[in-house]
Amino acid sequence: MAQLQLREALRRAMVEEMRRDDRVFLMGEEVANYDGAYKVSQGMLEEFGERRIIDTPISENGFVGLGVGAAMAGLRPIIEVMTWNFSLVAYDQIINNAAKIVQMTAGQYTVPMVIRGPNGAAENLGSQHSQALESIFAHFPGLKVVSTSTPADAYGLLKSAIRDPDPVIFMESELAYGVKGEVPDDETLIPLGEAVTRREGSDLTLVSWNKQIFSCLEAADVLQKEYGISAQVLDLRTIRPLDEQALYDAVARTHRMVIVQEGFPFAGIAAEISARVQEACFDALDAPILRVTNLDLNQPYATNLEKLVIPSVARIIQAARAVCNR
Amino acid sequence: MSEGETSYEPSRDELLEWYRQMALIRRFEELAAKAYTQRKILGFCHLYIGQEAVAVGASAALEPTDVVVSAYREHGHILARGTSPRAVMAELFGKGTGITQGVGGSMHLADRERNFWGGYGIVGGHLTLATGAAFAARYRQDEQVSLVYFGDGAAQQGAFFESLLLAQLWKLPVVFLCENNYYAMGTSIERYSALQDMSLRGDGVGMKRWQFQGFDVAEVYDNVKRAVDYARSGEGPVILEAVTYRYRGHSMSDPAKYRKKGELDDVKKKDALELVRDRLAAMGVDQDTLDQVKAEVNEIAQDAYDFAESSPDPDPARLYDYTYAPDAGDDDNVEA
Ligand SMILES: Cc1ncc(C[n+]2csc(CCOP(=O)(O)OP(=O)(O)O)c2C)c(N)n1
Ligand SMILES: [Mg+2]
Repeated sequence: MAQLQLREALRRAMVEEMRRDDRVFLMGEEVANYDGAYKVSQGMLEEFGERRIIDTPISENGFVGLGVGAAMAGLRPIIEVMTWNFSLVAYDQIINNAAKIVQMTAGQYTVPMVIRGPNGAAENLGSQHSQALESIFAHFPGLKVVSTSTPADAYGLLKSAIRDPDPVIFMESELAYGVKGEVPDDETLIPLGEAVTRREGSDLTLVSWNKQIFSCLEAADVLQKEYGISAQVLDLRTIRPLDEQALYDAVARTHRMVIVQEGFPFAGIAAEISARVQEACFDALDAPILRVTNLDLNQPYATNLEKLVIPSVARIIQAARAVCNR
Repeated sequence: MSEGETSYEPSRDELLEWYRQMALIRRFEELAAKAYTQRKILGFCHLYIGQEAVAVGASAALEPTDVVVSAYREHGHILARGTSPRAVMAELFGKGTGITQGVGGSMHLADRERNFWGGYGIVGGHLTLATGAAFAARYRQDEQVSLVYFGDGAAQQGAFFESLLLAQLWKLPVVFLCENNYYAMGTSIERYSALQDMSLRGDGVGMKRWQFQGFDVAEVYDNVKRAVDYARSGEGPVILEAVTYRYRGHSMSDPAKYRKKGELDDVKKKDALELVRDRLAAMGVDQDTLDQVKAEVNEIAQDAYDFAESSPDPDPARLYDYTYAPDAGDDDNVEA
């Protein structure tokens, strides 16, 4: 198995899919000549040329919408947004077009496209550049939402997303682009909608995704060592379709759940999961489900303030101890 | 001669066919209005009466393989593309036999068989799709052109401007066809735009553009044909403005009290249907033939109405069928 950075794993997925299928192309700001704002697409222009690796003007509304049209026409666009914050100027195209075209046309047209880019806070980027936006996409039927920053998962899930017949919102992490992990040498696809257990445990389940998984694993170590609490870490990887069965199975075994979500708490993914689990598994629960999320605040710039706002290992430990009464 | 002028002389048969299509659209819309007042058609219903020459002339300039995208005032556009009036009327009635099985409704008519990509309800939001279709055509190096209809109001939107600039940057084969009917809902054009010829927006990105009168169907055909040929030849996109007018309110719920006195009567003097009839008469087509065409289309429209009325409601068992692609799963249908 090769050790790949997240950015390399994503690139490998795109390169393999582009070699396999001429309909796949990559379009976005700085993806070609500049090799990608975060070097995810490094070298791809050289291999595939200007026809398939395409730099755009700063017109997200235009080129995300163009991607929707190209997908309807039978191509397989990968549209890179420099960060998900900037996708908001194209939100109408994603919500009112991409998510609805299959339904509005009663299945006559489909939108097989991937929109991908980094999501969530990096460091000290302030209010407009630090948002984790899964909930405002997962809200909509017609979209699929992947959020991961583990190299092997990013590789296998991006390949599936590119082949998927529906619009897939694919969320990565700026801070994790350089993080290395083992990626299988053989071509591997991971189906959308399957959670994975990152660490076995019996006292409670920590549910998370994307880079907060790293915080959960760190917290689980401390919980074991210092408090004798055995925490399962369940990585959702895909937010929509949600692997409800994995959540219900986890609660049936551990009877306690803490959901760790980067992003605003109000009407967030953690709230949705919490509602579903308590509706389906009320009798299996030994404690209320707790959420660890961003504070209900826009992101401040200063390091000390920023650290208070996003979920921390300490806050995860605190919530885990609370549901376990220890 | 300026770009917008034309000396095109249609043949008698050509013109008769265009007259037939225009008369059908008008009668169809009149029946839709009737059904709406009887609450058989619900929601928003935007009629095309007055603008028929644009849809018919533009459609005649296209190949069946070309892509057409429209907004919500699209009954005439889809009919001119050849979609069955029954399937369109049934859709307005919200029936299972409708062109989108009662799911889309008046604002979201789509017919894949005729490359009619649909009606869209977010003003300006659909121009990107035609741009994407043109991108795909260029990517695959096929001959397809896309044509997108939009209103004067839509030419104030960001998605419109971004579509123009991307299409021009990459010289994509798309024709942007603005139907300037001088109103965006109740707001008249001089109250919301400093410029009143929306084709001028093309100048900002260096796009070929011109304006023409949209009442004479032959004139529309000739202007759109030249634009389509230009786009198909690989020269790049074109933005056109057809000057036109809608006789009815913005939608069925709008009594259109904002018009200037006498404005509607003035426009009706150059009514598109009367123009064709006059031209045909001048070509020696007798009154009987014209009346016969009218009787035929009246029958077709009435048949559509009856069909819609007697059709079953959509099947609730199919409610969940259209959220994701019908053939979900891995796609190994690789054409690389
Ligand atoms: C983004 C958006 N804003 C507002 C509306 C409400 N609206 C529907 S049609 C319309 C006027 C559009 O006028 P125009 O583009 O000239 O088309 P016309 O109705 O004249 O065919 C407005 C404001 C909308 N549907 N979408
Ligand atoms: Mg208008």
